[in-house]
Amino acid sequence: MAESHTSDAFVEFERVQKSYDGETLVVKDLNLSVPKGEFLTMLGPSGSGKTTCLMMLAGFETATHGDIRLGGTSINNIPPHKRGIGMVFQNYALFPHMTIAENLAFPLEVRKIGKDEREKKVKRALDMVEMGKFGGRRPAQLSGGQQQRVALARALVFEPELVLMDEPLGALDKQLREKMQFEITHLAHQLGITTVYVTHDQTEALTMSDRVAVFDDGRIQQIAAPDTLYEKPENSFVAQFIGENNTLRGVVKEIKGDLAVVELDDGELIDCKPINVTKVGERTQVSIRPERVEFDKKRLQPGVHTLKAEVLEFVYMGDIFRTRLRVAGNDDFIVKTRNAPDQKRLQPGEQLEIGWLPQDCRALDA
Amino acid sequence: MSDVTDATTAKRGPTPDDALRIADSGDGGPVLAADGTPLKRSLSRALRVQKMRALALIAPLLVFVLISFIVPIGDMLFRSVENRMVGDTLPYTVEELSKWDGASDALPPEAVYRDLYFDLFLAAEMKRHTRLGSRLNYESSGMSSLFRQAGRKLDDPGDEAQEALEAIDERWGERETYFELFNAAEGAEIDNDLLKAQKKRIRYLSDTVPTGEMDFSPSAEVSALLPLAARVYTSFAVITGMVDNKVVAKTKPMESLYLALVQDVTRPGFADDLAAYNGPQKDALAALANSGLTAPDYTAIFEEVDRDWVNLDTWRVIQTHSGTFTSGYFLNAVDMQKTPEGPAVQPENKRVLIQLFIRTLIMSLTIMGACILLAYPVAWLLSNLPARKANVLMILVLLPFWTSLLVRTSAWKVMLQQQGVINDVLVWIGLVADNDRLVMINNQFGTITAMTHILLPFMILPMYSVMSTINPSYVRAAKSLGATNWTAFWRVYFPQSIPGIGAGSILVFILSIGYYITPEIVGGTKGVFISNRIAYHISSSLNWGLAAALGTILLAVVLLLYWCYDKIVGIDNVKLG
Repeated sequence: MAESHTSDAFVEFERVQKSYDGETLVVKDLNLSVPKGEFLTMLGPSGSGKTTCLMMLAGFETATHGDIRLGGTSINNIPPHKRGIGMVFQNYALFPHMTIAENLAFPLEVRKIGKDEREKKVKRALDMVEMGKFGGRRPAQLSGGQQQRVALARALVFEPELVLMDEPLGALDKQLREKMQFEITHLAHQLGITTVYVTHDQTEALTMSDRVAVFDDGRIQQIAAPDTLYEKPENSFVAQFIGENNTLRGVVKEIKGDLAVVELDDGELIDCKPINVTKVGERTQVSIRPERVEFDKKRLQPGVHTLKAEVLEFVYMGDIFRTRLRVAGNDDFIVKTRNAPDQKRLQPGEQLEIGWLPQDCRALDA
Repeated sequence: MSDVTDATTAKRGPTPDDALRIADSGDGGPVLAADGTPLKRSLSRALRVQKMRALALIAPLLVFVLISFIVPIGDMLFRSVENRMVGDTLPYTVEELSKWDGASDALPPEAVYRDLYFDLFLAAEMKRHTRLGSRLNYESSGMSSLFRQAGRKLDDPGDEAQEALEAIDERWGERETYFELFNAAEGAEIDNDLLKAQKKRIRYLSDTVPTGEMDFSPSAEVSALLPLAARVYTSFAVITGMVDNKVVAKTKPMESLYLALVQDVTRPGFADDLAAYNGPQKDALAALANSGLTAPDYTAIFEEVDRDWVNLDTWRVIQTHSGTFTSGYFLNAVDMQKTPEGPAVQPENKRVLIQLFIRTLIMSLTIMGACILLAYPVAWLLSNLPARKANVLMILVLLPFWTSLLVRTSAWKVMLQQQGVINDVLVWIGLVADNDRLVMINNQFGTITAMTHILLPFMILPMYSVMSTINPSYVRAAKSLGATNWTAFWRVYFPQSIPGIGAGSILVFILSIGYYITPEIVGGTKGVFISNRIAYHISSSLNWGLAAALGTILLAVVLLLYWCYDKIVGIDNVKLG
């Protein structure tokens, strides 16, 4: 979980703690390092401490304990306006009494940059987000997506090396949000800036980031690249939080290297990969992704354990079929299948046997 | 990035709404509803029920406001130009006087003095001449006593005339003679116009509606023969019968009747008219006609009452102020006066009102400025504190609202007076010598201090309501963009709080410009407002016309400033909540 100190770390949190009331810790012993140019997303449910971390980095909150470093120097005692960090806020925070161009010129003005250069930079930043024609408008005259672009341009116009984004796409509708996700990532990579992005939307985190730090209860639960996070969750929280996930509870029966046999609560046996179970007799939560469940016997490895299942509900979702099964006493076992020409459509009431590859099924902490 | 689905850039196919919009733009004539009626009409029909319901909901308040607020204010404002008193009290005089050229050096003709005698006599009988005297005294001092004296001395010529009449024929000493003469007998023609006109005059002069049965009606024949006497007797009869509820025939007529009778029987052509007359008391009248009586000299009567009645200026004042409407009150309100030659500036020692207006404006602006300076930090703190602490502070802000205005103002009196708390403390500390205590009350300082305190909540509340809507992320954004605390406040926070300052300023300024009670208590003579002057004219000098004119100007100034504010800041920028 904790990152080791690397020499190319640009942003570093070292043993950072934060408490608002002196009784409970909102952030517990946070260690994190972000290399230059990385797009890191802090993902977690509300109250997990991710926004507090961002605010500490921006300078609006002070760390109760620990050290935050930017480019190797501690910034604990540097006021926000001297940190030179660009920031995009959830509600965009465009100054309503200024035009778009004035909004963009603001960070340049306070840096005492000459008028000609200021105008040049403002124009370049607006063109970068394709808002060049809107310089004379007021924020209220723009749509949500346009305001979002302007906010982004404003955070970038003074060429910061680090940009923080606090759920910037939360207020947009789904379609626009997806479009903006790609635009932001492209822009960040193109400009080579380091980005720390906060969201509670896991799809957003998976699509945009180089790495995702999953927060819960004031700690980073796992920090990894999106595919690792999805396919190899290290604990049951991450497995539950990222993507859709089926959970079965049981006790470890035996462990043989990369393979474990788990006896489920109703007595059935399954094969899985031990992740953070170490000894026989330990309780475990077994996690399996809905799209990795097989019910076609031809595609199952011979000799693996299978489970009896009953179809409860079949939902046609266009690109996929989503089938709800009763498996080992769990009424919420989901199976997702691709809508292919030869794909079988299961009928409610149908009895079948399901199975999976042992490496797709992960035995995690209980 | 060009294919975003933003409203401004989106390309989309035509929708049904578009078709309506195109039709609405006027190319295809009026849009029709499904049943073929124009859409606008059918829409307004559909909305009418809603409008009526809304109107019914506000109707009680509307009626209440109209009756208890708009109408009295309208009436009060109307008083600033209304000037019926001269014309209503001296109707015949004013009519006759209008023929006189005030610019000439000649006194008004005898006819004016004659009408003045009878008008003034009736007014004195109803004790209304003093009111007219006070009214004209606003324009020219001395008028009040002139009218009061005249009211007392007009009886004497009437008594002399009565003695002369009785000497000629003793029947003229009997009350019944007069009643029989002027009353219309059974079946005789009645002069209804005369009766109605006199009723109207008495109604005005007595401030009551003459009611009750009267056993008298003026004979048309006699009123043609003796027009003046019939008029006087009819007005006397109305007073006696309908106001005092006495028997007309048994009551002694008023003295002016005898003079009127003398006037009538000595008029040219009376003998001929009498010959054609067939009514009662013909022989008694004939005795008068042949007695060699001479017409009364009214000018001489008034000259004897007071030399000023034969002064041209007296008559010029009366003539200038005899119109139904006058600009005189407004001219007075701006330190000018209405003269026969037109508007003129008041003499220097009477010019106080413009100065008072200016002082009221400057002090109101000072109070407003002081309120802004004191309220801004408080409002900022309120809107940035956690809710629980903010509520406690808010209660402290609102506390003055729950205390009586008089108590608060009196408290300031206790604080500020020379033997008061502040001076005592300063003396005790040694900052001020005991024999050199600060004068902080009964002057402008006292008024400004007390009113700033009293009006402060009116500034804090709108400011607070605006500031609490300013998202803290604006200031954070400014700081993250590199602005110092001051720059973030001045360039980002302050501009967004201006609507609150505007709303509070309008509220405080308009409240303070018309404030009365506090300046009255702590203002002394130097710290009073125009409203105190208005109150003085309403309750002490009773010059309601001037008070109304001052009030109208005050209202106009407020509306003008409001309009200016709307032009400069825009009233839709004002947020009260």
